[in-house]
Amino acid sequence: MSFLEVKNLNVEFNTADGIVRAVNNVSFSLEEGEILAIVGESGSGKSQTVFAMMGLLDQNGRATGSVKFEDQEILNLSISELNLIRSEKIAMIFQDPMTSLNPYMKVSEQMTEVLIHHKGLSKTDAIQQSISMLDAVQIPEARNLIRMYPHEFSGGMRQRVMIAMSLLCNPKLLIADEPTTALDVTVQAQIMHLLSDIQKEFGTSIILITHDLGVVAGNSDDTLVMYGGQVMEIATTELIYARPSHPYTQGLISAVPRLDDNADKLKTIQGNPPDAMLDPVGCPFSPRCKFSQDICSTQTPELLETGGNNHFRACHVAFEELL
Amino acid sequence: MIVANKNKIVKLAENLATEEQTSGRSLWADARTRFIRNKAAITSLVILVLIVLFSFVGPYFAVWTYEQIDWNTMGSAATLGMPSIETGHYFGTDDLGRDLYSRVIQGTQISLMVGIVGATIAVVVGTLYGATSGYIGGRTDQIMMRIVDILMAIPFMFVLILLLVVFGRSIIMLFVGIGLLSWLDMSRIVRGQTLNLKNKEFIEAAQATGVSDYKIIMRHIVPNLLGIVAVYATLLVPGIIIAESFISFLGLGVQEPKTSWGALISEGAGTINYDTEWQLLVPLSFFIVTLFCIYFIGDGLRDALDPKER
Amino acid sequence: MLNYIIKRIGIAIPTLLILIAVTFYLMHAAPGGPFTSEKPLPPQVLANIEAKYGLDQPIWRQMTTYLWGILTEFDFGPSYKYHSRTVNEIIGQGFPITLKYGFWSFVVAISVGISLGAIAAIRKNTWVDYFAVGVSIGAQVLPNFVMAPLLIIVFTLWLGWLPGGGWHGGDWEYLVMPVIALSTSYMASIARITRSSMLEVLNANYIRTARAKGLPTKTIFFRHVFKPSLLPVISYLGPAFVGLITGSVLIDIFFSTGGMGYFFVNAAFNRDYAVMMGITILVGALTILFSLIVDLLYAWIDPKIRY
Repeated sequence: MSFLEVKNLNVEFNTADGIVRAVNNVSFSLEEGEILAIVGESGSGKSQTVFAMMGLLDQNGRATGSVKFEDQEILNLSISELNLIRSEKIAMIFQDPMTSLNPYMKVSEQMTEVLIHHKGLSKTDAIQQSISMLDAVQIPEARNLIRMYPHEFSGGMRQRVMIAMSLLCNPKLLIADEPTTALDVTVQAQIMHLLSDIQKEFGTSIILITHDLGVVAGNSDDTLVMYGGQVMEIATTELIYARPSHPYTQGLISAVPRLDDNADKLKTIQGNPPDAMLDPVGCPFSPRCKFSQDICSTQTPELLETGGNNHFRACHVAFEELL
Repeated sequence: MIVANKNKIVKLAENLATEEQTSGRSLWADARTRFIRNKAAITSLVILVLIVLFSFVGPYFAVWTYEQIDWNTMGSAATLGMPSIETGHYFGTDDLGRDLYSRVIQGTQISLMVGIVGATIAVVVGTLYGATSGYIGGRTDQIMMRIVDILMAIPFMFVLILLLVVFGRSIIMLFVGIGLLSWLDMSRIVRGQTLNLKNKEFIEAAQATGVSDYKIIMRHIVPNLLGIVAVYATLLVPGIIIAESFISFLGLGVQEPKTSWGALISEGAGTINYDTEWQLLVPLSFFIVTLFCIYFIGDGLRDALDPKER
Repeated sequence: MLNYIIKRIGIAIPTLLILIAVTFYLMHAAPGGPFTSEKPLPPQVLANIEAKYGLDQPIWRQMTTYLWGILTEFDFGPSYKYHSRTVNEIIGQGFPITLKYGFWSFVVAISVGISLGAIAAIRKNTWVDYFAVGVSIGAQVLPNFVMAPLLIIVFTLWLGWLPGGGWHGGDWEYLVMPVIALSTSYMASIARITRSSMLEVLNANYIRTARAKGLPTKTIFFRHVFKPSLLPVISYLGPAFVGLITGSVLIDIFFSTGGMGYFFVNAAFNRDYAVMMGITILVGALTILFSLIVDLLYAWIDPKIRY
């Protein structure tokens, strides 16, 4: 039995301009206590993948496929069934902590309502527990600050509040959707540190969504690379760095600027992300890929294991040719 | 990313700038496509154009002028003054035996004119005031907005009635009064938008890359302001038409024998006991249909121009 | 908070003074005094009358006397036309009537408007939404002077259910049509504002957070969605109040309800400046008071407002 098993997940949106395919055929799995990083550029479908799992798609969105959490199918459950899983088993934190906290409610109200609803605590008990959770995420003077409104906190503190709020019911899986993107670099490091502490202390599994490979490096067990709504490569984070076996992953890694690099030009991946309006034919990356062959634009490559060690990649070109 | 060499940053920036650009659709072209796709707005636009055309072409088909009294029907409007092609009273006659067809055309002209002139006054005054206030900022801005606050709290319709009574009824007074009644909201909206734009990243970015002030204003501020001004101006017109009609309904608006929708509706409403429904229903239909159309056009414009809706 | 209230009152007082000064000045700038009629009075009589009303004093003197009367005794002076009556008596007769149907119109506009808008937002793009939007757009082009005759045609002339006018102490059958006629277009505006602001809130990130927290839909709606959606409605209440009070002028004429509007228009046609001025100032004061209440309400809901 697997802790989390996602199989052939598809997400579509019905828009005025036509159907947008945000996620195509995504499959992956996660073991208990592990951290999985999902990496990709904006619009690669990484956020919509986890929104679909949590039943948080916008009204015009539709998800198909299968998501099994502890052997229970959770995709497209009714709201009341989902509400038994949300917070209690799977919790989520979001990209922008300013807009993700309700600006019109005190932090105390926003935290206690979770405990009151899911655990049936009294208001005073709920406040006590919320305060100790804020202590746990290293918010100083939590006892006083809990009475304040979100806009009275700094960005990093707000994200700590979000994290504390998500941990209130002790969930088994925490989904962090770009938790550090809106924050300063120094604060980013603190938040990442906090997340890995939480994983160690509570044994919480984490799905970490990011577009920043730098964030992935020291903070995840496995890495999944997405592009154009499809999985490009999935492996242990070490392998992804040591032996990137997909042209897109290689491009991403070489685009990370280095101090010791004297090049006058930032390395970029030429071209633009694909148009999600079109039916996916062939590899979504092929128009920008310098190794592209005829087959790449006609046939979608399958996700196949390469070189053992659970290293999967979706590419027609032989690994040796990419070096 | 830490880069110690300043020249390198400049070079990097130049390289980025010369990188191939995405060919985006322009805001206005985009808005036009969206507006055209909006069936309610397009239908409304067509109907509105027809009404305006009618108010210009209509008089050529009239048998009677708007002030001429048909002595035959006078006093027996309910029977002889019915809408009929034979008598030449296509919309019937009013209580005095005057031709409603011509009077409705006359009223349409006046009401539309009041709406457009009033909205223009409000837009010009409001935009200038709001943009100045927002652009200068600081203490001047505070004082100017305080003045708006104070004026907002004055029940203008009462003051306008007062003005019309004190200085006598005149169409100029009506225009000025209604225009002055309506610019306050406009100025607030424009000021807010200007303030917003002034601090936007893309303005700062443009300034930082050395784009001239004139270009920033023409390419970034004006297009962003224009949308909201256009939408608001459109939505202002029905409000002003309603205000004028209200005044005319009270008998303080345009003077006889000239008329407007409000005056016609008032006359029609006064005779509903005498089986002459057309006297109310004809001007009322013009009033309602036109207002409907303008609202739909305004809504369509807003949906088309508001990038948030994408 | 207290500072904020003091500051707001600090704006309210000069506003009121400006309003009084402007109306007062307008009255006296009018060509022809209130007692010039078609049949000229003998000069001696005119001078006597003017002396009685203090019109022979310099204008600043008249104004301070007038202001002093209002401030110390809440006295708006005598009517110029009904010689035996004071402006206070006239207001005292009309104001309670206006207050009664005005209050109910306000209640109807707000409660129906918010409900309609909220239902439309929650059931977006269903027939309920289309119906609510249709009703609110339709009602927006039906200002009071259009609603009033239409209501009379339907309920009095065709159906014969309701009396076409009168007040009779405000019995419900005399109240229904004035309230509907007065409130319809404001109800429509409130519905539209509620719908669009609620749609915006429903799309906000913090609502997604609330959903991710596993809260029941009802809790999300009442705890997270409702309050922020009301903010734009609250800012609209000021203009709506002014609109209702202005509309009352017409209601009084159309339904012969005998409220303040009746006396205002009567005074307007009779050039009874004292009554016009008294009513204008009273309405202005009410408007200022109301906008103060609205601002405080707004500040109470939105914690980001700094006092």
